[in-house]
Amino acid sequence: MKRVYLDNNATTRVADEVFEEMGPWFTEEYGNPSSMHTYGDRAGKAVRKARERVAALLNCSPEEILITSCGTESDNTAIRGTLESYPTKRHIITTRVEHPAVRVTCRHFKSHHGYALTELPVDGKGRISLSELEDNLRDDTALVSIMHANNETGVVFPLERIAEIVKSRGCILHCDAVQTAGKLPLDMRRVPVDLLSISGHKLHAPKGVGALFVRHGTKLSPFMLGGHQEGGKRAGTENVPYIVGLGKACELALKHLDDENTRVRALRDKLQAGLVARCRDPYLNGDTMDRLPNTLNISFEFVEGEAILLLMDAVGIAASSGSACTSGSLEPSHVLRAMGIPFTRAHGSIRYSLSRYTTEEEIDYVIEKMPPIIERLRSMSPFGRSAGQ
Amino acid sequence: MWDYTDKVKDHFLNPRNVGEIENPSCWGEVGSLACGDALKLTLKLDEKEKIVDAKFLTFGCASAIASSSALTEIIKGMTLSEADKVTNQDIAKYLGELPEQKMHCSVMGREALEAAIRNFRTGSTEPVALKGRVVCTCFGVTEEEVERVIRENTLTEVEQVTNYCKAGGGCGSCRGEIQRIIDRIQGVAAAGDATPQRPKRLTVMQKIKMIEETIDREIRPSLVKDGGDLELIDVDGNRVIVGTRGTCASCPASPITMKELVEAKLREFVDENLVVEEEKI
Repeated sequence: MKRVYLDNNATTRVADEVFEEMGPWFTEEYGNPSSMHTYGDRAGKAVRKARERVAALLNCSPEEILITSCGTESDNTAIRGTLESYPTKRHIITTRVEHPAVRVTCRHFKSHHGYALTELPVDGKGRISLSELEDNLRDDTALVSIMHANNETGVVFPLERIAEIVKSRGCILHCDAVQTAGKLPLDMRRVPVDLLSISGHKLHAPKGVGALFVRHGTKLSPFMLGGHQEGGKRAGTENVPYIVGLGKACELALKHLDDENTRVRALRDKLQAGLVARCRDPYLNGDTMDRLPNTLNISFEFVEGEAILLLMDAVGIAASSGSACTSGSLEPSHVLRAMGIPFTRAHGSIRYSLSRYTTEEEIDYVIEKMPPIIERLRSMSPFGRSAGQ
Repeated sequence: MWDYTDKVKDHFLNPRNVGEIENPSCWGEVGSLACGDALKLTLKLDEKEKIVDAKFLTFGCASAIASSSALTEIIKGMTLSEADKVTNQDIAKYLGELPEQKMHCSVMGREALEAAIRNFRTGSTEPVALKGRVVCTCFGVTEEEVERVIRENTLTEVEQVTNYCKAGGGCGSCRGEIQRIIDRIQGVAAAGDATPQRPKRLTVMQKIKMIEETIDREIRPSLVKDGGDLELIDVDGNRVIVGTRGTCASCPASPITMKELVEAKLREFVDENLVVEEEKI
């Protein structure tokens, strides 16, 4: 059966070039970078090269790159490390649509450590208000943590403007850029953000490796203790093959940045136009102007997301949904709810996320297969006939 | 990935009896778009009240559709009185099994069937009989419905109740009340089968031992679940002095826990004259 993978915001295929480059670091060059022999020396040099490649993607210096085990660890390191560095500042600002790695961690500091927490709301298109951000900054604001692009809707927040506002008040800014690395340019020399998280498996490196940009001079208490690695900021023997993989993936990401914003964007736009034209009552969720080039979030009213996903899976198409039934909870996606999307639309939302491996033929296949799936479920639904009237 | 049996998958991908019977003998409708699932069941009966045809329309996830399909297959050929005895467990069993967080789909099937039977007997077209007090306002679940899923499925935890009838799955503010309903029903049930008779008069050592056992068995598990704990500090006549630990120590609801959980349990299992006091640190 034909298989089409449109769930790249969940995870991506490891690039062949990445996989190939990782191989020898498992079987031949398995040294510990801390060791005083040729094995260790080679591993150390490989980590250094990888760090340079990650730095090149973010246009920063290699010393500003802290390697972690995943995006969630990067977020936790940034939030916990900052709060511990400024113990007298007791206020955190974030948004209502953050990934749980940020949202739950910030809420933990509110509920368990008595921090004041401001979660900025978003409008119907998923955008935050910059004046609201400005109004909420306080003298005791320890940290502002705002994502660059939303994983569910692809809506991109204006990082440069956010950084200007936050830095003009001297606060620390962390940005979860897990969804943007490799899809949008990230220039740390130009954007004065202090901390920025990326994740390997969202940009064709394997799962289990991530990075945190830590600007020179930023105070950050280490989260993992017990070793000198990563400049004392993260103890633990370096995961050499995965770090090599992350480096290679970042190099490829820089090379493919144009492709993401031209060819992939065109395919996403084609998918959007095709589904809007052929399916009854589609609703686009989120701002379509400032949006990741690979992401499309559509709601099909009167049908439920899990049922749509399973019928899609039956014809080989993989995507994801903000439906409550796919998450194990009863409340649909916190992102769509924060946008004020009614339950009825949130339940039937589908997120398609493309990658550099997506082909036009695959997009045509999806455009062909989706309308009968939606119609089939609507014909089974007691509300189906209200659709289109 | 999808924790569904082959039978669930089959009834989702090839649902039986989809549609709506024209001029049905009776019908039932439960759920809503906002709740995330809804089911409309139409039945055709013969003169002996035998179900000769059943059709459904369902909005919901795969297991909601499969449960509806299974329900229609189960009840076709039954008389209305036989159908009245069908439980959500029968629907789940027919499908092999349902993941626990999807059990509310089988409950929705049973509710729609009930609504249809009521429609036939009383002519009522109320979509859901809101009998009794509403416990969960987010999903509109009544105390009676909560009690019923607890009894029929022998549930012991709030999370299970949420999985079976959605109550507690929205804002969560009714979770304490659901716990009390569980305690009431399961406590009564347990007492019914095997409560040892309380001795008339206890020695001090016996009393302390029974208090400790009751704390271990009846009280500590529900506190530990929320990150709290309790320590027995002293017993002075009928005064039981305890200290709260973990999250209980800082919990504003701790005085209520003391009265409604700790004292109630100790009175039930040890001596009805006991008074619990919290040691302040």
